[in-house]
Amino acid sequence: MEGIISYGAHIPIYRLSREILNQVWGGRGKGEKAIANVDEDSMTMGVEAARNCLKGIEKSSVDALYFASTTPPFKEKQSASIMAAALDLREDIIAVDLTDSLRSGTIALRMALDAVKAGSAKKVLVVASDCRIPPPNSALEPLFGDGAAAFLIGEGGIAVEIEGSYYLTSEFVDMWRMEYDKTTRSWEDRFIRDEGYIPHFQKAVSALLKAHNLSAKDFAKAAFYAPDARLHSDMAKRLGLDAKTQVQNPLFDQLGNTGTAFAPMILVGALEEAKPGDRILLANYGDGADAHVLRVTEGIEKIKDRRGIKKNLESKLMLDNYGKYIKFRSLMQFAETTDYRPRTSLPQLWRDRQWVFRFHGHKCKKCGKTQFPMQQFCMYCQAPEEFLEEIPLSDRKGTLFTFSMDERAPVVDPPNVLGVVNLEGGGRFFSQMTDRDVNNIKVGMPMEVTFRRIHDALGVHNYFWKCKPVRE
Amino acid sequence: MPGTIKDKVAIIGMGCTQFGELWDKDVDDLIIEATYEALEDAGVEIKDIEAAWFGTMASGVTGAALAAPLKLNYIPVTHVENACGTGAETLRGPAFAIAAGVYDICLSVGVEKMKDTGYGGLHTLRLQSDKWHPIYVGGGTGPGRYALAATRYFSKYGLSPEEGKRMLAKISVKSHHNGARNPKAHLRIEVTEEQVINAPMIAWPLGLYDCCGVTDGASAAVLCRADMAKNFRDDYITIKGSGISVGPSWGKQKEDYDYTFWPETEAACKQAYEMAGIKNPRKELDMAELHDCFSIAEAIATESAGISERGRVKEDVDAGVFTQEGEIPINISGGLKSFGHPIGASGGREVYEFYKQFQGKAEDPSRQLKNVRLGLAHNQGGHPGRFQCGVTIIGAP
Repeated sequence: MEGIISYGAHIPIYRLSREILNQVWGGRGKGEKAIANVDEDSMTMGVEAARNCLKGIEKSSVDALYFASTTPPFKEKQSASIMAAALDLREDIIAVDLTDSLRSGTIALRMALDAVKAGSAKKVLVVASDCRIPPPNSALEPLFGDGAAAFLIGEGGIAVEIEGSYYLTSEFVDMWRMEYDKTTRSWEDRFIRDEGYIPHFQKAVSALLKAHNLSAKDFAKAAFYAPDARLHSDMAKRLGLDAKTQVQNPLFDQLGNTGTAFAPMILVGALEEAKPGDRILLANYGDGADAHVLRVTEGIEKIKDRRGIKKNLESKLMLDNYGKYIKFRSLMQFAETTDYRPRTSLPQLWRDRQWVFRFHGHKCKKCGKTQFPMQQFCMYCQAPEEFLEEIPLSDRKGTLFTFSMDERAPVVDPPNVLGVVNLEGGGRFFSQMTDRDVNNIKVGMPMEVTFRRIHDALGVHNYFWKCKPVRE
Repeated sequence: MPGTIKDKVAIIGMGCTQFGELWDKDVDDLIIEATYEALEDAGVEIKDIEAAWFGTMASGVTGAALAAPLKLNYIPVTHVENACGTGAETLRGPAFAIAAGVYDICLSVGVEKMKDTGYGGLHTLRLQSDKWHPIYVGGGTGPGRYALAATRYFSKYGLSPEEGKRMLAKISVKSHHNGARNPKAHLRIEVTEEQVINAPMIAWPLGLYDCCGVTDGASAAVLCRADMAKNFRDDYITIKGSGISVGPSWGKQKEDYDYTFWPETEAACKQAYEMAGIKNPRKELDMAELHDCFSIAEAIATESAGISERGRVKEDVDAGVFTQEGEIPINISGGLKSFGHPIGASGGREVYEFYKQFQGKAEDPSRQLKNVRLGLAHNQGGHPGRFQCGVTIIGAP
C-alpha cells in the first residue's frame, strides 16, 4: 500500500509578536508568527524539515525529491538539487522545484504518489516550504509566517494511507508576485473570499466527499488551508465540522500563514496527535483547490519522535524589534559598509562539495580520528589521503567546547557567535553559531549542525553548515 | 643538529616612527622615516646596505614596495609575510644571511598602513578564513577568534567571567600605564580596572580595552656582523636566539587542541632558548615584549613562553610580577595594547624597546628599567589554532 511513510516539519526559532507590528504601524493584532532567521530561506528550512522527516530512515532509499515553494531562493537555478546534496541523497535521483502556487505542496504529494504507484520511484521526498515577504504595513504583514513540512511517500510500512483526492484547477487570481516583486500582492479580501476561497474550496471538498461517500462526521480531524483565522473558522462551519473536536489548530496566532507549507504543516500537527484508524481531511487552496481523505495506520506510532510542529513551536526566541526583522529580510537600504566584501568562488565550492554541501568528513584508517573538513593528509597522524575514509557527519550531535561573541564582526545580526563543537563519535566542527540565545550560551551545552545561507557574495546565495544549540 | 646565531649578528641602529592614526603619512613616508632614523643612528648610509628585508602583511607587495621609496639600487630585497608575526620574520632573514657570512650590513624594515581603509578594524583583505575559503568560516575576526581562547581559559581553570575579566583587566591596566609614558605610543592613556571591565564589548569576553588599537607605523633596524659592530658604536645589541614556529594550523578543528596554551609559542621559544642557552626563562630574562594584540594573548603567551606555569598566570598578575617594578617586566613599552599594532612593524618595534632600554635611552626616564641585558620578543600572526609565531632573544653583547 502506498502512502505517507514519515513526516517532519521545521519552524524557525524566531517569532515576531504582533504587538511589535501594532507599535510600528498601529493595529490591534494579537499573537505571534514565525520568522525565518537571517540565514534561512525556503530551501534551508525545507532541508531542516526533510532531515526531521528522514530521521532513522536510510537516505539512500530516497529516489526523488519534490520541492514545493513560491519562494525558492533562486529564480533560475534549482533549489531541490542543493537540498538533495545537503540531505546527502543519492546522485541518481530526480529532483524538481514545483513553484508559483500555494498548492504546489499538495500537488507534489499526488505526483509523488503517482510515481510510487507507477513504479518509477520507491520513495519520494516531498518538501513544502515558504518564506513569503509581505509588504510592510499591509494586511498581509501580521498574517504571513515562515516554515516548512516534509513527507516521505512510498510503498509499504506506511503511517498514513491516502485513500483519495480531488483536484480542481482554476485561473482565478487573488495573490501574486510579478517577476520583479519582492513582496506579495493581493486583490480586495472580499473578492478573494466570495469568488475565490469559499466557492473553490467547498467545491473541491464536496466533490471529494461525494466520490467517497463520506460526510464531515466521518473525520477525526480536518487540516486545511485558509487565508486567515476568520475564514478558517468560517470554512469549518460551512463544512459542518465541530470546531472543538474536529478542526486541527491552524496556528494563525503561533505560526502565521506559511503559504505553500501551511496546509502540509497543519497536517503534520494533526498526525502528531493522530491514532491508528483516524480519518483525516486535508484540503488546500490556491489556483483552484484540492482535498484528500487520509487514513492513519499503525505505522504512525513509529514516527512520533519527530520534532514536528509541537516541539518546534515550544522552542522559540522572540524577535525583540521590527528593525531586526527589516534587516533579516533586507527591506531597507542600509549604509554601504567599506569593511566587508564577502567573496565566493564557485569552482572552489564545487571542489569542496562533499564537505560544503554534504557535510562529509574524514575518518583516518590509520589512527582512527575523525576530522572536518576533509583533508589531503590526516590532521593527527599525517597519513595520506588513501587512508582517509569519507564519512557523513551531519547527523552527529555534539557539545560546545568554547565560543566567542563578536559584536563588531561584519554580520547582519551581531554578535557573530563562533562555536567550537566536539561531535559525538569524533570530529570537531568550528563554525558560526545560529539560532542562539546570546544570554544562554555555555561551554558544554549540547549542539547540532544545520544547513544555512552564509552570504550572497557576488550575487549568488552561498550555503554552508553552522552549529546551533539543540532545540529539543 | 641545529646551529646557533648567538652573538653572530648585531643591531647597530634602529628606528621607529610615531605610532598612531597617521592621516598625513603614506606607507612610503613611514618606511623612509623609520629607515633614516635607523641609518642615522647606526651612522651608515643607504648605499652601505647590501641586502634588505621588507615586512608587511597588506601595505605592499614585492621587494619593490621597499626599494621604490628608498631608491635602493639593484640590491636583493625580500618581502616576507607571516601576518601579525611578520616583524620577527623581517629580522630573521637578514640575521641568518649575515650569520651565514653572505653580507656584512643589512636592513630590516617592517611597516603597516592600517588607517587608509575607511573602517575601524583589522585589514579584511585577508579575513583569516581557513584555507582562504569563501564560506569556511564566515565573519571570523581577530577578536572573535582570540575570544575563543579566553572563554576556554576561564572554563578550564574555573574562573567566573568576572574573575577572568578582572585578571585580563589587570594586564591591560599595566600595559596602558606603561604606554601612557611612552612618547611614540599610539594610545597614551591610563585606564582603571573598572574602565576595562565595563568597556563596550568587542567579542565576548573581550571588551574594548582588552584589544589593541588599529595603528599606522613602521620600524627599522640596521644589522651587521657582530665582530664589526664596535666600528659603529659601543652600545650595540646582539641577537642571542631566534625561533619561528608555524603549526599545522588545524588547531580549531582538532579535538586534542585546547586553546589555553599555544604550541607554536612553545616551539618557537624552545628553538630560541636553545640557541641562546636559556634554561630558566623566568629567572634569566630581564624583560619581555609579548604579542598582546589582546589581553588574553599576553596571559597565555606568558605561560607558553615558560614565564608562568600553565594555568598560574593569574597568581603572577595578582602579585605584580610583570609590572615595571616586578620580577620580570612585560610590555614596558605599552605593548601592542597601548603602543599600537601596525602589523608588519610590531616585531621590529618590540626589539626597538630592548635596544633603547639596554642603552639606557628609554624615551621618558620614568620608564627606564635598571640593569636589563636580556629580553624576549614574542611576535605572532594568525589566531589560536593557526599561529605563525616568531621569537627573538636580544641581549647586550
